[in-house]
Amino acid sequence: MKKYSDDEDRPSPEALLKLAQAEEAEAERGKLKIFLGYAAGVGKTYAMLAVAQQRHREGRGVVAAYVESHGRAETDALLAGLEVMPKAMIDYQGVQLAELDLDAVLARKPEIALVDELAHSNAPGCRHEKRWQDVVELLTAGIDVYTTVNVQHFESANDLVAQITGVVVRETVPDTILDLAAEIRLVDIPPDELLERLADGKVYMPAQAGQALEKFFQPGNLIALRELSMRRAAARVDGQMRAYMDTRSISGPWPVAERLLVCISGSPFSEKLLRTTRRLAEEMKASWHAVYIETPDNTGHVQENRERIWHDLRLAESMGAQVATVTATSVPKATIDYAVRHHVTKIVVGKPAKSRWRELLRPPIVDQIIRLSGPIDVYVVSMAPGERRRTMPARLKKPVPWPAHLSALAMVSGATLICELVRMLLSPPNMVMIYLLAVVLAAVRLGRSAAILAACLGVLAFDFFFVPPLLTFAVADTEYLVTFASFLVVAVVISTLVATGRERADILRAREVQTASLYYLSRDLAVAADTVAIMKAVIRNIKESVNADLAVFLSEGEQLEVMAADDGVHLDVKEQAVADWAFRNRQAAGRGTATLSSAEFLYLPMQTSVNTLGVLAIKLENEEDFSSRQHRLLLDAFASQTAMALERVRFSRQAEQAQILQARENLERALLNSISHDLRTPLATISAILSSFRGEAELLMGDAARRELLATASGEAERLNRFVGNLLDMTRLEAGAMSLKIEDCDIQDLVGCALTALEHRLGGRKVQVGMPQPSPIAALDMGLMTQVLVNLLDNSLKYSPANSPLTINVQSDENWLRLELLDQGPGVAPHDLKRIFDKFYRIPIPEGAGGTGLGLSICKGVVEAHHGRIRAENRPGGGLKITIKLPLQQTAKEGKAHVARVEQG
Amino acid sequence: MSPEWNKDNPPRILVVDDERAIQRFLETVLAGSGFSVQVAENGRLGLAAVVAARPDLILLDLGLPDMDGVEVIRRLREWSATPVIVLSVREREDDKVGALDAGADDYLTKPFGIPELLARIRAALRRALPQPDEPVLTIGDLQIDLGRRLVSVRGGDIQLTPTEYDLLRLLAGHAGKVMTHRQILKQIWGSGHLEQPHVLRVNISNLRHKIEDDPSRPYYILTEAGVGYRFRAA
Repeated sequence: MKKYSDDEDRPSPEALLKLAQAEEAEAERGKLKIFLGYAAGVGKTYAMLAVAQQRHREGRGVVAAYVESHGRAETDALLAGLEVMPKAMIDYQGVQLAELDLDAVLARKPEIALVDELAHSNAPGCRHEKRWQDVVELLTAGIDVYTTVNVQHFESANDLVAQITGVVVRETVPDTILDLAAEIRLVDIPPDELLERLADGKVYMPAQAGQALEKFFQPGNLIALRELSMRRAAARVDGQMRAYMDTRSISGPWPVAERLLVCISGSPFSEKLLRTTRRLAEEMKASWHAVYIETPDNTGHVQENRERIWHDLRLAESMGAQVATVTATSVPKATIDYAVRHHVTKIVVGKPAKSRWRELLRPPIVDQIIRLSGPIDVYVVSMAPGERRRTMPARLKKPVPWPAHLSALAMVSGATLICELVRMLLSPPNMVMIYLLAVVLAAVRLGRSAAILAACLGVLAFDFFFVPPLLTFAVADTEYLVTFASFLVVAVVISTLVATGRERADILRAREVQTASLYYLSRDLAVAADTVAIMKAVIRNIKESVNADLAVFLSEGEQLEVMAADDGVHLDVKEQAVADWAFRNRQAAGRGTATLSSAEFLYLPMQTSVNTLGVLAIKLENEEDFSSRQHRLLLDAFASQTAMALERVRFSRQAEQAQILQARENLERALLNSISHDLRTPLATISAILSSFRGEAELLMGDAARRELLATASGEAERLNRFVGNLLDMTRLEAGAMSLKIEDCDIQDLVGCALTALEHRLGGRKVQVGMPQPSPIAALDMGLMTQVLVNLLDNSLKYSPANSPLTINVQSDENWLRLELLDQGPGVAPHDLKRIFDKFYRIPIPEGAGGTGLGLSICKGVVEAHHGRIRAENRPGGGLKITIKLPLQQTAKEGKAHVARVEQG
Repeated sequence: MSPEWNKDNPPRILVVDDERAIQRFLETVLAGSGFSVQVAENGRLGLAAVVAARPDLILLDLGLPDMDGVEVIRRLREWSATPVIVLSVREREDDKVGALDAGADDYLTKPFGIPELLARIRAALRRALPQPDEPVLTIGDLQIDLGRRLVSVRGGDIQLTPTEYDLLRLLAGHAGKVMTHRQILKQIWGSGHLEQPHVLRVNISNLRHKIEDDPSRPYYILTEAGVGYRFRAA
């Protein structure tokens, strides 16, 4: 039973959601309308302008952003009445080139922009390399775009067209643009008519094109191209129809989903393979995958090949494929595994170009795939020899390693010398072994080419010096030819093996280094607690793994700001604009990319799935590294890791703030509850008592009752007053408005003051005061500190049994003044000991005469304002001990200052 | 201007306060206690009333709508020695010192008890009376013989330094009134020593050891924390 769960061809909730999202995104995005033709002169521009005029008459804001009429009067006439934007003039090597002024259009923000010639390549110095990139940016900005293009410019049609017409079209547009289009208008005239127009000179032709174009405008070519364009347009309509049926749940004959898989190997042939697969996929309405399978013994590991593979994968992506790189030991097996896992129904592979005898050594991958494929169809695509034309653009030629070759020569000379020394002891065939040794050494030390050179030189030297007739290249005994041949074969095999091993080790080492650097970065990022630490970690790690100058931009709201940069890195306005572009478009830009490539730095956006958090600016010291895939992959990984770390920090900061806010809210609620309770309770008693004196109740009251009530009311009033006083003190303390009036105080006086203030509350309670004589002097705010003692005493009075004595002990040494207050109450539960100094913390007591919950916290506030400490502990024999420690240094200083003043006075 | 107060000629008190509730309450209570009461609801009217009505004592609120109470005291003291008791919600030492230094005789924080207020009023009125040439001051067990500069506690003579004696006489002479540090320093040591509170502190401490039973819980010389000292009223 086949599983359809991830089958995209059937409507599913995901599909509907996708539609909703797509429609939403579409609403913000501009709509693209493509006027598709099959050759110059079919009237694309004319058709576009005709539609534009129609829209203009409907009152919509149409602007001709870039229209090339090539001086045709009918076309010019259609421009009348439309706003034509001036073109940007770019100076390129003394020639003025007219280009689309992208920034002007973005600033003008028309409803509809007309942009001719989608496939045009921009002049160097423009923001993008290609005009289609400009168009994408316009669409992103919410501007509708009408544009024109010929079918042969589409990436996937490219080589087909070349095959048909023999003309290679260099200006290509990715097929995804076609998918992006909301509407495709096919502009079609019969080829005969087109040829007629051509003959009448109605078709514009660049002067230099001449011959090539003539070759192009052959009836056969035109018919083929026309068919191609019609098919593209039809396929598009068909696709829309299917999408419509799909999402609106119109039941139809759902076919089994076709999925194509193409394997690429990094050969020049891969490109054709990709285009073919894209066409096949198009025709079958199938999705397609492009996979590169990396194996440990793959000679494709060499740098050059890797570059090509990367290029191919990017190409595949631009043609709408899902791409993947798989690491495995066996290519055929991995291919089939991948195919089965992704429900692929057809595999496309290239026909091997290897010669028959190599096939005998190792069965071709194609055969193995076919053998393993089971129910999956395998398409084998051929490659004609002439189709190798499009290889990688401008690859760097490796310089000949002259030092290595010279070393190889020296080794062979050395071997010859040794053979010369031992020629009496060894027969010539054994001397071959010494040469072989030299070859192996060369392979290990100098690499493959030097080893092969050494092998050839070795044969020559051996022949010349040791094979009779000596000192000639002639060979007397033909047996030696066999020796030469086997020597060469053995030498080549050994050097290949050794060199491959070396290359593999190098690659593994390079990969190891990359893995390690990523690991180090992620480790450093994991412990980075804030943005600054992240910046440091990123810069340090990137610098350790590549030679580069760096700058990091972070978004501050809508703006990008340089958060960290290397010394000497200066980013001018232009560079910052590139960074800005990369940030806004969430795409890499600058050096080494297709966008704004004239910049000095490469700009990688740091993005997570939801956010773009900033931009990483990198200037690699080695120019070639900019186009290296390995570097790019590593840097991309760095950028995304950094983005994730930044987001993590951002989230945790938000969570922290939310928590603080919550805590503050809780505290405020507790405070308000407590305040309203403490204010209302005494007020309630007072007003109840007062009201009882009005009306009948008073008449019934005896004198004793009246006195009792009055005493209660005044007690409550006093309590209210104390609470308000405490509240004010607390507020002052918290607002930092409590300025200490520090003066030298006699501690004996301080204690006396507190006791006097509490005189009537103390009643007959005994207070023992332990005071050293002479009593210590301390610099403190007498008023506030008296308040502290009063609060503490008051607290002890409340919480200890009536008539039990209280004790105040004062001690002092050079640095500290200690004030202890001891009572004989029940003490405090251990877990409450610290909390009793918290605001509004109250220990319930049986009589219900609880305090305000502010007294002790005020004590703590005042003591701490004096840089002192306050602590509560239970006494061993029962009761509570509160200790205040105040530093005395201030006193000494103040005291000295006073003395100084006295002496002056 | 030192009339013998009696029922027909009661001491006149001017209340300067803008709070209607306080005005009414003080009027009732003071009239009930045998004083004649007049009310002014701001500083300007208060000063005018002093000129017109010649009160024997002024009860002054500091938070007046037109000017600060301290300013009222200052202007008043330019030409009048009428006793002033400040009634205010301001409880900070700085406010008290400010008012007392400006010339107020006493300071009571709102809310206050009526017995306390009446005692303060009586003490102030008494101080305002010309002192009879009494050679010996007796406060509780303490006797100060002004003529012979002798001090005794419960019959036993005490040796005081000249400064201590001056200090004691100053405080006892203003019994019941808060004297700020500045005021004491100025009167005993002169204006040059206003910034040397430790001299005063040391002398007070010594004096207490000589006259008090328990210097840590003084009976005669009370400390007004952060403000000054007050000698217990007889």
